[in-house]
Amino acid sequence: MPTTAAIELPRTFEEFNEQRRQSFLKVKDFKQAGGRLVGYLCSYTPLEVIDAAGASGVGLCGTSDEVISAAEEVLPANLCPLIKSTYGFAYSQKCPFTHFSDLIVGETTCDGKKKMYELLNELKPTYVLHLPQGRSREHEREGWYQEVVGLKRALEQLYGIQITDDALREAARLRNRLRRAILALYDLQRSVPPAMSGVELMSTMFAGTFNFDVRAYVESLERLCEQRRAEAQAGGSPISAGAKRILITGCPVGGVINKVGATIERNGGVVVCEDDCSGERTNRFMVDEDAPDILRAIAERYLKINCSVMTPNDDRFAATLEMAGKYQVDGVIECVLTACHTFNVESARMERAVEGAGIPYMKVETDYSAGDMGQLETRIAAFIETL
Amino acid sequence: MPSGRLGIGVDIGSTATKVAMVDAAGELVRTELMPTGFSSVDAAERARAAMEACKGERYLSTLDPRVVATGYGRVAVPYADKVVTEITCHGRGAARLFGPGGTVIDVGGQDTKVIRLRGGRVFKFVMNDKCAAGTGRFLEVMADRLGVSHDELAALARAGEPTQISSMCTVFAESEVISLVGRGEPRENIARGVIESVVGRVAALVGSAGGMAPYYLTGGLCDNEYVVERLGEKLGAPVTTCPEARYAGALGAALMALELG
Repeated sequence: MPTTAAIELPRTFEEFNEQRRQSFLKVKDFKQAGGRLVGYLCSYTPLEVIDAAGASGVGLCGTSDEVISAAEEVLPANLCPLIKSTYGFAYSQKCPFTHFSDLIVGETTCDGKKKMYELLNELKPTYVLHLPQGRSREHEREGWYQEVVGLKRALEQLYGIQITDDALREAARLRNRLRRAILALYDLQRSVPPAMSGVELMSTMFAGTFNFDVRAYVESLERLCEQRRAEAQAGGSPISAGAKRILITGCPVGGVINKVGATIERNGGVVVCEDDCSGERTNRFMVDEDAPDILRAIAERYLKINCSVMTPNDDRFAATLEMAGKYQVDGVIECVLTACHTFNVESARMERAVEGAGIPYMKVETDYSAGDMGQLETRIAAFIETL
Repeated sequence: MPSGRLGIGVDIGSTATKVAMVDAAGELVRTELMPTGFSSVDAAERARAAMEACKGERYLSTLDPRVVATGYGRVAVPYADKVVTEITCHGRGAARLFGPGGTVIDVGGQDTKVIRLRGGRVFKFVMNDKCAAGTGRFLEVMADRLGVSHDELAALARAGEPTQISSMCTVFAESEVISLVGRGEPRENIARGVIESVVGRVAALVGSAGGMAPYYLTGGLCDNEYVVERLGEKLGAPVTTCPEARYAGALGAALMALELG
């Protein structure tokens, strides 16, 4: 087991929000007390399997510019910032989460991640599930189920344990409760004005990926929801009723909360719906917790996620339009991380779908650097002015 | 003698600062043009001095001015009553100059924008990516490299045969031009290639915005007849412009200033 003495906190540590900073310190204690830790990167990771192994799953998606130049010693520059940042944290040993993970779990999602995992595996044991490219064919669903079975076996072997169906079912129940708590929080954004700023919502979702204790996290979200609901009912929303209601879709936005989210809200808008992989796109799907074959039910739930790595991915457009109606959005902003080919290409169809429904749409392509802040601000402000 | 409100628009672009003044009836009464230079704060100050000088004129001194700032230096105008993005201002100014519907192409020093108008309002726009391809800056750098002025570049291009300049990036395109010069390619042909590169890039941006005729050109290239002509040919429909189109952003800002209480 690695010792904690050599651990250096990242330079950005002081800039993290309080919850993330606490998580960094917590992870040390957690491991010292014998805790099991499994890192994951993508919303396709079947977290119930990790939970049922008695391990804590922690999100390792890189969201900071700090380690990108280090990553570029190995990776090409014209690669998505999330992939570079994720690898960069492992490569520069600046992330205690990565350092303390017993195993990193990835999936064959986009080309960039898939090949990066081969390099990541040189630094840290990385288990890659083969995600199919679609879900309309029977053998794709069966193949994915077998991959989830493979992950279960790998974890059983790693920890010398048996993962029981009871444990999987219990994990599914708890994860479903978490998803319902998240959806209840989102639901508060349906009112005019919404109960929260989008930056708060996005930061809350992002912070959730650093929680080791699912039950404690569920409880804290349920409390937050009650608190915000009560405040909103007392007329205490921090948002003006005239703020333009924005749905944000596209790539994961954890690394651009301030760059895109805060810019929207500084220029007369408010993010009422986060349609990305840590937001409603993913959390809207539940596991059939009473299914006779619980592991299969878990696998099936994850395959429903509408990521642009899937082809075809038509359900994504339908889901986004449904959310646009539910949250009464004034405009849709698609955020594409530089060099994310799948979301970038798919944006042509999303643009048609959204504009076809009579809703203004704008795509912004950006990364984690500050270089394009001026142009981004102009684009976002101008878009909100047209609404 | 007119009285009432005076609307002033200050458009601080990356290359030039434009000022437009409209009277209470919304008529354009005066424009000013000056280089932005190093500092937008300084440009804002010079724009203010130009406005103050106008106030000495009896005609303008009776009017109560309101100021809207726009352009990339819009936040550097401390005396502005309101700040509005250049997209909205260009759309508004172009709608006044040309009509309430159509596609406005603004080739600026640092950004190229395609703005689609419906009922005098912006309903869709696209901007070039972070780089300078298809902007006024690209033409400036290439004219400089060929040792000619902006106007001479157009005159040269008209006489030339198209030469392919394939690099989108201004820095790489400059290297490409240097190697063409080295190979002894006539200057006329290179100039033509430079203009074709900008026209092609702008036309692609129009396509990505779903732009449709009528087309209007605003911004610094509106007095470049050759660019206007080639752009029209590329788009398959004439591109209309006028001398005031350079001030479209400032004009739109001035019209919005008039609406402020």
